[in-house]
Amino acid sequence: MPHNLNLSIMIEIKDLHKSYQMGSNSLHVLKGINFNVNEGELVSIMGSSGSGKSTLLNILGMLDEADSGSYFLDNIPIKNLNEKIAARYRNKFLGFIFQSFNLINYKNALDNVAMPLYYQGIKRKERTDKALHYLEKVGLADWATHLPNELSGGQKQRVAIARALASEPKVLLADEPTGALDTKTSYEVMDLIQGINDEGKTILIVTHEEDIAHMTKRIVNLKDGLIIDDGIVEQVRANSYV
Amino acid sequence: MFNIERWQEIFETIRKNKLRTFLTGLSVASGIFILVILLGVGQGMQNGIAEEFEGDASNSIWVWTRPTSVEYKGMNPGRFFSMTNEDFDFIHKTNEDVIEYESSRVRIWNATISYKKESGSYRIEGVFPGFQFIENQSMVSGRFINQNDIDEKGKIVTLGRKVKEALFKNGEDPIGKYVKLNDIPFKVVGVYTDKGGEREEEQVSIPSTTAQQVFNRGQNINNLSYTLKPEKDFETAVAKSEEFVASITRYLKNKHVIAPTDDRAIGIGNSLEQAKRFYSLIFMIKAFFWWVGVCTIIAGVVGVSNIMLIIVKERTKEIGIRKAIGALPSSIIGMILHEAIFVTAIAGFTGLIFGLILLEIVGPMVKTDFISNPSVNFNIAITTVFILIIAGALAGFFPAWRAAKIKPIVALRDE
Repeated sequence: MPHNLNLSIMIEIKDLHKSYQMGSNSLHVLKGINFNVNEGELVSIMGSSGSGKSTLLNILGMLDEADSGSYFLDNIPIKNLNEKIAARYRNKFLGFIFQSFNLINYKNALDNVAMPLYYQGIKRKERTDKALHYLEKVGLADWATHLPNELSGGQKQRVAIARALASEPKVLLADEPTGALDTKTSYEVMDLIQGINDEGKTILIVTHEEDIAHMTKRIVNLKDGLIIDDGIVEQVRANSYV
Repeated sequence: MFNIERWQEIFETIRKNKLRTFLTGLSVASGIFILVILLGVGQGMQNGIAEEFEGDASNSIWVWTRPTSVEYKGMNPGRFFSMTNEDFDFIHKTNEDVIEYESSRVRIWNATISYKKESGSYRIEGVFPGFQFIENQSMVSGRFINQNDIDEKGKIVTLGRKVKEALFKNGEDPIGKYVKLNDIPFKVVGVYTDKGGEREEEQVSIPSTTAQQVFNRGQNINNLSYTLKPEKDFETAVAKSEEFVASITRYLKNKHVIAPTDDRAIGIGNSLEQAKRFYSLIFMIKAFFWWVGVCTIIAGVVGVSNIMLIIVKERTKEIGIRKAIGALPSSIIGMILHEAIFVTAIAGFTGLIFGLILLEIVGPMVKTDFISNPSVNFNIAITTVFILIIAGALAGFFPAWRAAKIKPIVALRDE
């Protein structure tokens, strides 16, 4: 498989710290995280709630900033970002998949997928073509003109995945992508994510579900702000359940 | 601003959020609409009141004399004095540039006027040609007194309509006939009517100079009447007339040795002073309507601000999503402002147009005594629309700016 070859390091994190001020108390959430992700990996980050896994993902997603430590994304240092640069990096390098889908509810599936392209300054015609292509990829071409509230949970998440792919990012970041879905739909979504990974896309998934984690190729376990376990696992193919 | 992609995005947002857009627009449109109507009615009231008082020659001034009331330079109060031709000529010379029409008046009260067997007791006015215009008299037949009559001290007379009717029964034409004024024959040259009322028509006019000579008045005159030339605006007219009154009062007091502090000796009537009171009433009415209008605009601005706040609040999550997928803060602010300005502009002009149409259609139909042809100054209306648009933009800017500053992670947090 291509990701087993000597590929470039996509994410490189060294000694990452993050605390939150909670009134007069300081809550130390990340206490020195070191970890690398190679291009083409499919990694799950696990941990109980409060372990810091979402904070880590937010920092990776440039939605939040670390207090100290370094973060390189495809050899680009991610630090001291102002809003403008952060927005451009997010748009160029990252695709987000959220637990609650976060589609814009007054825009139809196609327009939702096309939105990152709008912020890339791509013309309407090309936007529509590309968006339709990615909707096809997630199997929802026939639903292009439907509004999010006319779609099922699984369909919404697939629109969100298409949207994350549309900007052709280097990394997909998924925060509990199956958290709002039933088991069967979860596996369908994981099947889609595995397919995308098979094509070489680097994907990070935050989850607390064991079965979802085992559908990735590597599990990173977080506890109290530290990585306690990081290992390659035998990937379970989601389609074997369906 | 002319980014087609941005416009498409905005139109789409507006189309998908019809109720929100409608409510924003409604508050703006109704604010402008009400303002236009109020200003229109205010203007209508001004027009109406102005028309009510247009009938009178609004800038006439007349001067008469009364016994003095203050002791001055050794002379006792209660002294009678009379203005003379000299006064009239002097005032004419020194104020030529402001006077429109002028006339001195020599009055003979209760003269007996007769024609054949008919006779009656009437007032005789010895006047100048300008008197016709000062009193707004119009000729029924013949002519009024002219300068030639004045110079030649001609024994000619114009009759008031009532006098003519009393003396010339059977519809006989009086022109060219001789009537007797206190047994002195005068030739009738004209008959006039006066809208001022029947009392004004129960008198006859003869040349001022003739009156002084025939009725033994020497150089004395009873009364001075003037109208002043029209000025470009009312304030100037009032100022000029006050200046004129002050100058002739000063001259007459000096000439006739009257104490400067004597307010009784010289009587002055100034119709412009009265008109001024009506104009200040109009001003008060207009000020009131402006006040109400400005309050309406303020209410509109508050309404727009409120709606903008709610819109931004409602869109916080959307803004978070947009930021997560790469929207710049400036594009977020731009989007919200662009939409706000677009909606308020369209709504503002809609309200303006509806208001103007209503005034245009209903305006000419309104015809009461005190409202006439309500209309509105288009520039003022346009200005208020722009004020509202700017206010809407400002009201939208601060919440939009704050929303754009919110970290996407906060905006996206599930409640």
